[in-house]
Amino acid sequence: MTNLLELRNVSKVYTRGLTHSNPTIALRETSLTLKDDEPTILTVAGESGSGKTTLAMLLLGFIDPTMGEILYKGRNIRSLTGSERMAYRREVQAVFQDPFAVFNPFYTVDHLLTVPIRRFKLAKSKAEARDRMEEALTAVGLRPEDVLGRFPHQLSGGQRQRINVARALLLRPRLLIADEPVSMVDASLRANILETLRNLQRDYGVSIIYITHDLTTAYHIAKSIVVLYRGGVMEAGDVDSVIKSPQHPYTQLLVDSIPWPNLDQRWGEHAIIARESGLHDPGACPFMPRCPKAMDICRNRPPLFQITPHQAAACYLHDKLPSVDAERLSELLPA
Amino acid sequence: MTLVQTASGQDAMRIEQPSRLTLTLRYIRRNKGLAIGLAILIALALFTIIGLIVIDPKKAYPLSAAIKQPPSLKYPFGTDFFGRDLLAAMIVGTWQTAFIGLLAGGIGTLVGVVLGFISAYFGGRIDSTIRVICQILTPIPVLLIQVVVAGSLDKRDVTIVTMAMIVAMLAWMGPTLVIRAQVLTMKERQFVAVAKLSGVSDMGIIFKEILPNLLPFIAAAFVGQVFGAVFASFYLAVLGLGPLREPLLGNIIWSAQSQGAFFNGWWWWPLEPSFAMILILGALALVNMGLDELANPRVRRTE
Amino acid sequence: MQHMTANMIEPKQSDTNAIVPAISEPVLRVRNLEVTYYTDLGRAKALDDVSFTLEAGQKLGMVGESGSGKSTLALAMMRMIKPPGRIEGGSVFVGDTELMGLSEAGMRNARLNKIAYIPQGAMNSLNPVIRIGAQMVDAIKAHLPGESRAAINDRCVHALRSVDLDPGVFHMYAHELSGGMKQRVCIAIGILLEPGVIIADEPTSALDVVTQRQVMETIDRVQDQIGAAVILIGHDMGLMAQFVDKVAVMYAGRLVEVSSVREIFTDPNHPYARALISSLPNLDNKGVFQGIPGLAPSLLRIPGGCAFNPRCPNVMDVCKAVRPDVLTLEDGRRVACHLFDAEAAHDQSA
Repeated sequence: MTNLLELRNVSKVYTRGLTHSNPTIALRETSLTLKDDEPTILTVAGESGSGKTTLAMLLLGFIDPTMGEILYKGRNIRSLTGSERMAYRREVQAVFQDPFAVFNPFYTVDHLLTVPIRRFKLAKSKAEARDRMEEALTAVGLRPEDVLGRFPHQLSGGQRQRINVARALLLRPRLLIADEPVSMVDASLRANILETLRNLQRDYGVSIIYITHDLTTAYHIAKSIVVLYRGGVMEAGDVDSVIKSPQHPYTQLLVDSIPWPNLDQRWGEHAIIARESGLHDPGACPFMPRCPKAMDICRNRPPLFQITPHQAAACYLHDKLPSVDAERLSELLPA
Repeated sequence: MTLVQTASGQDAMRIEQPSRLTLTLRYIRRNKGLAIGLAILIALALFTIIGLIVIDPKKAYPLSAAIKQPPSLKYPFGTDFFGRDLLAAMIVGTWQTAFIGLLAGGIGTLVGVVLGFISAYFGGRIDSTIRVICQILTPIPVLLIQVVVAGSLDKRDVTIVTMAMIVAMLAWMGPTLVIRAQVLTMKERQFVAVAKLSGVSDMGIIFKEILPNLLPFIAAAFVGQVFGAVFASFYLAVLGLGPLREPLLGNIIWSAQSQGAFFNGWWWWPLEPSFAMILILGALALVNMGLDELANPRVRRTE
Repeated sequence: MQHMTANMIEPKQSDTNAIVPAISEPVLRVRNLEVTYYTDLGRAKALDDVSFTLEAGQKLGMVGESGSGKSTLALAMMRMIKPPGRIEGGSVFVGDTELMGLSEAGMRNARLNKIAYIPQGAMNSLNPVIRIGAQMVDAIKAHLPGESRAAINDRCVHALRSVDLDPGVFHMYAHELSGGMKQRVCIAIGILLEPGVIIADEPTSALDVVTQRQVMETIDRVQDQIGAAVILIGHDMGLMAQFVDKVAVMYAGRLVEVSSVREIFTDPNHPYARALISSLPNLDNKGVFQGIPGLAPSLLRIPGGCAFNPRCPNVMDVCKAVRPDVLTLEDGRRVACHLFDAEAAHDQSA
């Protein structure tokens, strides 16, 4: 069984100017393996600056890693050509956050669906293409006659985002990267879109990487979770355990700040230490400046310590437990 | 304009859309400058086209009519010192001015679009090279160069087409930089990323995704170029550097001035081409401003 | 006009403050506000006969989908509606001042002074080429031209400290600050003149969850300090649960329910509010998704009768024909729904 997509010790560092000064580590030595035959839903959680968008861009092949390699079915994506490259494109797709920005304002919304059908030869005739489009639109709860032939500004945000998801359905990729797919959508519509994504995984065997900072939706849709902060993995494992009993101080802060729609579940147990602007030590734990439990030893980046077979946290508070190599991150995530 | 009833009987979400014609007309009502400019240009075009059909173009050249005649029924625009029927001259001259404007404007815009796209889309060294060349050439005083070039050509070599070339040779930098800036912005838009994900090639993205969105911009740049070209051909001709045989509007003024038309009481001779020039340039300027408003990305209201 | 309103303020259960006193003068009274937009495609009734009251120190959450009219309501109260929109009727009282009747100059003075508005994406509209301090000073000078330099500086420093920012921010530029810090600067500008009412329109929509909590806790603290009333506009019910005392639900430009925050979550009256609450994900029912079927109507084509009738699970014949008035129930809650016609009498003022 080959691996569908694999990140091997990938780092992405941004520097400024000719002298390569002020390096910003967007993603640090991350390894991840996505198997071909085990479709799963993995959440990558983190705030802005955590590296989650960088990870998405790397997986989609839009940016190159500074170190490490990204392999598609065993081959480096940079070296793919011709039909192999088309196959990679077809099998790795995305749903983005802004429902409006993905539409080319010059064309009707049909353009979003017709272009991939044509490029990937998903239909043999115009009639068949139309059928497949209508099928996908109906599956997301839209009436084709309501949306086809219209321009993006004539539809609501919710309708547009559903069309985006319909596009994903149409393409039946192996891996779908959903980057904050519901954050710009009304609360009442989120349920529908998330359910569609989950059905994609369950019924069509699509693996989904769900990128978000909203842990409530992550909890409902995902099986496994990786929590990122400033480019490093803080905690990873089974989503139930990580959210219900977070072991890393950062995850605890995240979970504590969730605005539960429940008056008996209050946020604010942990005080927030403001993020200091300014340079921080790249050799230390990235969360150290804001951690209420920081110790001297944290100046050396902690490895992941395994708390249960499906939960690990990168924090010296657990240093009595066995550590896990970064390369084996995927083993912590339940299938 | 239909309202669709759904099977369940409730009104569909479909809003009644007025036809595209209605929306266009409403827009023209709001953007009066564009409307007036277009109207004048259309009127001038009709004048020229109908004129070319009706009039014998030979009358626009010297020794074809009685000389120094004021406007009358026989010669509605009068004639000049050289025996040119000024009505014919104006018709042919306007057509030639339009030709220079469109040719030079077209060349300038085309070069601008091609270089701007290549520069912005492929980036790197190509971008730097093109950009630096544009930036170096921009501060060159265009008028001077044009005068020098036109002045040093053998009189017989100066034709309508060479005029257009002279005018276009230093005009393409502006559009290049403007189009480049627009493409740079467009390139980062998410619909380009989605197109890439849909397997569209680089060429496909340039022609099918980015270019259509820039049409208003390119149209505005084109009108600006035409304006510049018409104006440049005008002042070169007024200075006597144009193809002297042709009845270009600027030439008529130049020859009127060199014969002392005003002092001799032949007021119609320089006035008519001047008026025509004001109309043409004014109309082009109005259309340019009107298109600018159309081309600027409007802030879309989020619901 | 002093009377104890039936809407008792819910005692806050957070550990940050004591119980807010129950009796106060209504600091904000909105009556029958109407706004229409005249567009190329027709007339859109963005606000239709909206009325509510707010006491000092109270926090009102205004929820509804996009297009429900919540932002329009804020703009209307600030008299910032631009053509093709027009305020067609109604009055807004902040303390004793009626805002709709003021002259242009009077309204300019009232803005920031009596009623402050922090718009969506405010942090992105900070002037990028002027230092933060200069922007704050400009705001103060526009309202208090006679203030001395020293007094102005004091105000600015005090405001910055209230939002937990270092006074050194006064000398910084907007791009040097993070998203959360910029948003707190906007809050600081909003409280410079200690207004009676603060309207925050989705103040945390672009912020991550931790910064969001920080900003909301800031607004909370600031409100306690100056005793203002706060209107929080948003669609995140979770945020409402954690922050507000009272919730008003908007649908298609109309107010459909006003209840305390506890009542809205445990026992919503209006069918739309009920559907909203049951569509919320929570930790107990993992994997269960319950959306609301159908789509919100376009404001250009609002269904006759009750605007929600095409999607309502309890729809009756009268709902399609007669638009329900906003009724005041015995417990002080308000709802616009024919299901409650028998319970309550028509109420003109509250």
